[in-house]
Amino acid sequence: MSTTYDVSHADLAPTLGARLADGFRVALVSGAEDDDCFRVVYVLVRAGDPPVELALRVPKDEPTIPSLARLDYGTGRFERELRDLYGITPSGHPLPRRLVRHGHWPRGWYPMRRDAGPPPPFDADVGAFPFLEVEGEGVYEIPVGPVHAGMIEPGHFRFSVVGETILRMKARLWFVHRGVEKLFEGRRPGDAVELAERISGDTAVGHTTAFATAVEDALGIEVTERDRLARALLLELERMHNHVADLGALANDVGYGIVNAHALRIRESLLRLNKATTGHRLLRGGVGIGATRIAALPDPATLEAVAAEVIELAEITLGNSIVRDRFTGTAVLGAESARDLGTLGYVARASGIDRDARRDHPFVDLGDRFQVVVETGGDVLARYRVRVREIAVSAAVAGDLVHRLSTGTGTGTGVDSNTAAPGGGHGLGLVEGWRGAIAHRVEMDPSGRLSRVKIVDPSFFNWPALPVALADTIVPDFPLANKSFNQSYAGNDL
Amino acid sequence: MSAGAAVVTVGQAAVLVALSPLLVGVMRQVRARLEGRAGAGVLQPWRDLRKLLGKEPLTADGVSWISVAGPLVLVASSLLLCALTPVLGTATLDRVPNDLFVVVAALLIGTVALALVGLDAGTAFGGMGSSRHMTIAALVEPTVLVSVYALSIPVGSSVLSQIVEARLDHPATIWSPVSLLALLGLAIAIVAETARLPIDNPSTHLEVTMVHEAMVLESSGRDLAWLELGSWLRLGALLGLLATLLAPWGVATEVTALGLAVAVGALALKLALIGSLLATVEVFLAKVRLFRVPELLAGSFVLAFLAVTASYLVAS
Repeated sequence: MSTTYDVSHADLAPTLGARLADGFRVALVSGAEDDDCFRVVYVLVRAGDPPVELALRVPKDEPTIPSLARLDYGTGRFERELRDLYGITPSGHPLPRRLVRHGHWPRGWYPMRRDAGPPPPFDADVGAFPFLEVEGEGVYEIPVGPVHAGMIEPGHFRFSVVGETILRMKARLWFVHRGVEKLFEGRRPGDAVELAERISGDTAVGHTTAFATAVEDALGIEVTERDRLARALLLELERMHNHVADLGALANDVGYGIVNAHALRIRESLLRLNKATTGHRLLRGGVGIGATRIAALPDPATLEAVAAEVIELAEITLGNSIVRDRFTGTAVLGAESARDLGTLGYVARASGIDRDARRDHPFVDLGDRFQVVVETGGDVLARYRVRVREIAVSAAVAGDLVHRLSTGTGTGTGVDSNTAAPGGGHGLGLVEGWRGAIAHRVEMDPSGRLSRVKIVDPSFFNWPALPVALADTIVPDFPLANKSFNQSYAGNDL
Repeated sequence: MSAGAAVVTVGQAAVLVALSPLLVGVMRQVRARLEGRAGAGVLQPWRDLRKLLGKEPLTADGVSWISVAGPLVLVASSLLLCALTPVLGTATLDRVPNDLFVVVAALLIGTVALALVGLDAGTAFGGMGSSRHMTIAALVEPTVLVSVYALSIPVGSSVLSQIVEARLDHPATIWSPVSLLALLGLAIAIVAETARLPIDNPSTHLEVTMVHEAMVLESSGRDLAWLELGSWLRLGALLGLLATLLAPWGVATEVTALGLAVAVGALALKLALIGSLLATVEVFLAKVRLFRVPELLAGSFVLAFLAVTASYLVAS
C-alpha cells in the first residue's frame, strides 16, 4: 500500500526533486476529478520501497500546475497528456505542445472531464503538423505512415535526411487513441478485466495483472501465493511468445527469412501451449481480480526445448556475418540518454540500465534461476541479445514455477470482486510486462465502482528514446531500429 | 539466313516471355520450400500477371504521361533485351547485331524508364527508390560491360553470338581463369541489377528499405503488370545470358526445327537450375547495409577488370 502526501503548488517541485535525488522515479502521473477540484497524483517508486504518492489539488476555475518537465523528462510528457485530456495547464512547460490530441481535435474539449459529454464533431485533419524543420543544402524530408506498406500499427514518422543519413526523426502517435481510461470509469472491477486484457493485445497478462493488482491493493484483497505464482508463470509465457516473434521479425527485416519462418513455428508451438494453459492463444482469461485461473500447467520440458531452439536460432542468426553487421552499432541508445528519458524494459537493459520490476517490485519470489539480463551496447545487437537471454531465463523461471504449482492442488481460489465488499480507496499495480514495467493506478468510489484508472505502458517512456537512438542512423536501417525497440502503439495511445 | 535469324530473334523474346514468370515462380517456390513454407506454386507469377492485366490502373494525383509510358518502355526494352540475348540460337539479324554495347544500352533504357516511373508520382519513397536504383545502376552497368568485354577479347568480337559460338567450339575456354573471373563479376552484377538479395529484398514490406519495390509502389493494375513483367524479363534474359555463357550446349548454331526445340528445352533446364541455385544461395543471405552495396559492387567490378587485364596478358 502506498503512502500519500498532500502537497501544495509551492512544495511540489522541491518535494518531488528530493525524492528523485533519493533514487525514486516517477512511474505515473494521474489526473482525477473530484466534486470541488481536480487532483494530480504523482506516483514515485524505488526498488525495495513502497510507492510514494504526492497529491496536488488544483482548483477547477484555474486549473494550473507547476511544470516539473525540467526535473524529469517523463513527467513533462505526463503534464502534456494532462493538459490535453483534463485541460490542466502546466505553467512554465518548455514544450507546451499538444501530445495526445491531434491538431484537428476541437479546442476546449477535454474528454476526461466529467462534463465532457459525447465527442463533438471533428474537423478534417488538415492542420499543419508542427515539427522542427532542418534546413540546409541537400536536406529533405521523408514522411512515412501512418498507413504503411505492411500490416503494422499506425504511426507517422517524419525524417529529415541528408542523403541516406537521418538528421532528425519526429514520431507522431496517438492515431489509435480509443479513450480506454474513460471506458474503465463506472465499471465494476470484475467487468473491467476484459477491457484490461485489450489495452494492448500482445500484453494481455501484463496489463491485466497490473490492473488486478491495483484493484486488490485498493480493496485490500489478499491473493494466495499460489495465484501469485500462477500470474508470474503467465507473465513469463507472455514474455516468451513475444520475444520469439520479435527475434524472427528482426531477422526478417534484414532479409534473413528462414529464421523468421522458424521463429514463427516456435511461436506457434508456444501459442498452442498458451491455449492449453488459459484457453486463449494470447493468454486472455487467466488473470482475474483476486484470482488466477489456469486450466492446465504447461510442461516444463516443452519450455526448455523451446528455449534451446531459440538459442540455436539466435546462434544461426548472429553467425551470419551480414546479419551481425546489420545489427552491430545500429541505432545506439547511450546509457545516459536511456536513464534521462526514463526508459524501461529491455530497451533500458540493453543500454546498461539495470531495471526490472520483477526484482525491484516483486509480488512473488521467482526462485534462484531468475536473473536480470543486462547488456551495455545499446545497439540493435544488444537489444537482440537481451531478449535471447531473457527467453532462456523465462523458460527456467517458468519451469520452476510449474514445479512449485504442481505440488499443490486446485487453482482459481480467489474472490469474485463484483461481490466483494464495496469501499472507496485507491491502489497501485506495478508489473514487469514483456516490454517493461507496466503501472496501473485505480480509484474506487464507495459503491465499489472504478472512478478513475490510469494506465502507463512502458512504451510511453520508451517512444522518445527511438529518435535519440536514430541520430546518424541511415534511413534503410530505420525499420530494424524500430523493430528492435518494438514499442506498443495501442498501449501508448490508449 | 535472314529468315532463320528472324525466327531465332522473335523466338528468344517469345520463349523468355513464357519462361521468365515461371523462373520467378520457381525461385520463390524453392525459397519457400527451403524455409519450410508451402509456397504459392510456380504458376503464381503468371496468375498475378493475369490478375493485374485485367485491372484498371489507379493513378496518383499529378502524375504525368511518364507513369503510363514508363512501364511500356520498360517492357519494350526488356523484350529487345530478350530478343538480342543468344539464349536459343546464334543466328543474328544483319542490321541489328546482338553486340554487347547494344544489349547494355537496351538494359539501360529499361533502368532509366523504371527510375522515371519512380520519380513521377513525386512521393518520397519513389524518389528514394529511384535514387538508390540509379546509384546501383551506375555501379552495375560498367561491370556488365567490362565482364562481357573480357570474354570478347579472346574471340575478337563483341557480338554475343560469336562469343557463344566460340565457347561451343572451344569448351575449354569456359573454365579458363579469365572466363571464371568475368562470369563471377557478371553474376554479382546481375544479382544487383535484378534487385535480389543481398542488394535488395524482393519480398520486403518495409517501404524505407526498398529499392526496386519503392519505385513501383504508386503503380497499379496494368501499369504494375507491365513493370513486373518487364523486370522479370530482365531477370530471365540476364540469367539466360549467364547460363548460356556458362553452359552454351543446346544453343542452336543452325536454324532447324529440331535444333530450336532442343534449344528451348535446354534453356528451360538451364534457367530452372540457375534460378534454383540462386534462390538456394539467397536463403543463406541477408540484405547488406545500403552503404556496403558499393563495396560489393566495386568488388565485382574489380573481378571483371582483372578478367580484362588477364585476357590481354594471356593473349599477348
